[in-house]
Amino acid sequence: MIAALILLPLLAALIVWFMKPGLRRAKVLPVAAVLHLALVVIVLTRSFHLSPGAWFRLDPLGGWILLVVSTLFTICASYAPAYLALRQERDFGIFGVCMLTFLAMASVVATSRHPGVLWVGMEAMTLTTTPLLYYNKNKRSLEATWKYLLICSVGMALALLGTFFVAYAAQLGGLHEPIYLDRLVDHARAMPAPWLKAGFVLLLVGYGTKMGLAPMHTWKPDAYGETPGIVGTILAGGVTSMAFLSLMRMFSILAAAGLGDFARQLLVVMGLMSMAWAFVFMIRQGDLRRLLAYSSVEHMGILAFGVGIGGKATLFALFHVAANALVKSVLFLGSGNIVRSFSSKNLADVTGAIRRLPVSGWCFLLGFVAVVGSPPFAPFTSIFGIASAALGGGHILTGTLFLGLLGGIFVAMGSVVLPVLQGNPNPNTVRTHYHDTAGLTAPLVGALVLALALGLWLPGPLYSLLAKAALLVEGHP
Amino acid sequence: MSINLLLAAIMLINFMLVASSRVSKCIQLAAFQGGILGLVLVLMHERWTVLVLLMAMSTAAIKGILIPYMLNRAQDRMKAQREPEPYVGYTTSLVLAAVGTGLAFLLARHLPLQAGNLGTLFVPASIMALFTGFLLLITRKRALLQVVGYLVLENGVYLFSLLLVKEMPLLVETGVLLDLVVGIAVMGIVINHIQTAFDSQDTHRLAHLKD
Repeated sequence: MIAALILLPLLAALIVWFMKPGLRRAKVLPVAAVLHLALVVIVLTRSFHLSPGAWFRLDPLGGWILLVVSTLFTICASYAPAYLALRQERDFGIFGVCMLTFLAMASVVATSRHPGVLWVGMEAMTLTTTPLLYYNKNKRSLEATWKYLLICSVGMALALLGTFFVAYAAQLGGLHEPIYLDRLVDHARAMPAPWLKAGFVLLLVGYGTKMGLAPMHTWKPDAYGETPGIVGTILAGGVTSMAFLSLMRMFSILAAAGLGDFARQLLVVMGLMSMAWAFVFMIRQGDLRRLLAYSSVEHMGILAFGVGIGGKATLFALFHVAANALVKSVLFLGSGNIVRSFSSKNLADVTGAIRRLPVSGWCFLLGFVAVVGSPPFAPFTSIFGIASAALGGGHILTGTLFLGLLGGIFVAMGSVVLPVLQGNPNPNTVRTHYHDTAGLTAPLVGALVLALALGLWLPGPLYSLLAKAALLVEGHP
Repeated sequence: MSINLLLAAIMLINFMLVASSRVSKCIQLAAFQGGILGLVLVLMHERWTVLVLLMAMSTAAIKGILIPYMLNRAQDRMKAQREPEPYVGYTTSLVLAAVGTGLAFLLARHLPLQAGNLGTLFVPASIMALFTGFLLLITRKRALLQVVGYLVLENGVYLFSLLLVKEMPLLVETGVLLDLVVGIAVMGIVINHIQTAFDSQDTHRLAHLKD
């Protein structure tokens, strides 16, 4: 079953590769996505006997993140056929193959029990998403691709060194290969603290680069700015969530070794710094996509901050992974539709989007309301939970800073987004032939409904999955 | 003892890399460094098993031959043009590398090694290579030189992994090397596109995207 999670998308990628060019090829994506999501649900609902030698398995933490990413991928994949039909001049063989390989690598990262294999999966994910960035094939996207490739590769090299440091600590602590994650957590107390601490700093910088935590986020605005909305969604909700999972896997070792406070302090600082950085660059941001990129930096900061606070906030941070992924897909896909109609992502040219594209415009507006943490959407639940855990847990200063930054971001983002949506379109601006169609708006509506539903009600099985995942993050076996 | 000599050679190569201006020379130096890594791997083991020899050979072949070959081919496709001045001059880079070496030794003192590895230069040499790689990545304008910087950085990581080599599973080892090769290949492809689009491989021309 676990092997099927990895092999199914790879098989679909092969099918796409060998199919004749044409729109039928795009339909493989949603089929593979739905099958993968179904597989994840099946694996999660059944408990499988774990053989001690198994290199891959799905535990609650990996399961939760993979469930989120698979759902996000399904939303993107159902958007893909209608989107690719608009761009028939472009052969999308490589696009489809890279998308599906991304899903396979996400499954590898979520299921791997060995930190080395985890790293290999993450690095492979960097490489398979690179061609996606270059989809528009112009100078600007080339620049973005080069920055993404170089910055993320360097980050991943640091993460590899950090992984080796942890492995060396395990060796010193008398633990021999294979150093599965659960064995590392069990033996964490015997490992020397200096190696673990140095390793975690490297891992935080490395996987933090991939997550886009400030100040290693510099690839993000460029990459999100120059790619199609669908690729932006995969990066902002998929790649970053997997990087967060990788970081949490290593965090759990430190927490089990009794070094949790050291790691938490670093996470709180990085989290608040990311939010502050995002806030500054959101003020008077002139580009719709770059605005969303900084919003992504902010939300990665919220994740780091939540885990840094610990306790109940860890659970809400994990919940926020889902909230962020759903809302980001609404915003990125919605902005794609808006940009397509105005043929510009420069905010000076885009006004009155709701009047011109009612469905996409309203979705984008509601997505904005959700992303800044207003009730009743899912991000409100997690942000409120994290803030109250911080203030209730005695972190008065950091908790207040957290709330203050959120307020500032609300104002900064609102003052940029609302003029885009309200009013009448300037008659002088370009109007392309693009119209909202069901294929291009239904995925947005679906994601929005899911974000709303999760904000109102968290089903029992999901809650228990989250609770188990939070325990794993905190280093309890 | 001979291992320490090789590690010192690796550190020396780092200095030469920082000081040299020609791309082809840098690729050559990085290739040499990769070959030495394979040698270190062999000398670390008292008993040479098939697996050890195989791993050493594949390391030397990939880092010393395959990747330099790929970089050289990318270099040949470029138009001959004057080397752009780096953001930081060669003398300053040398001084920075020296400072980095000192810091590497300082840092290494805080990380206790296993009894058998005591006295070897593994950790300082690894951290120094990391530092050199960073220096090249940040200060050079040529895209290919930046890739060489990334390669040196990876060599530093690899050097440290040699401390684990008796333990590391083959699956991880192969995966890491494979990712490195594919990564460099993808970088080569992107550089090729940059050359076509910008008629140059100076990355300081890639400066359209900013806030």
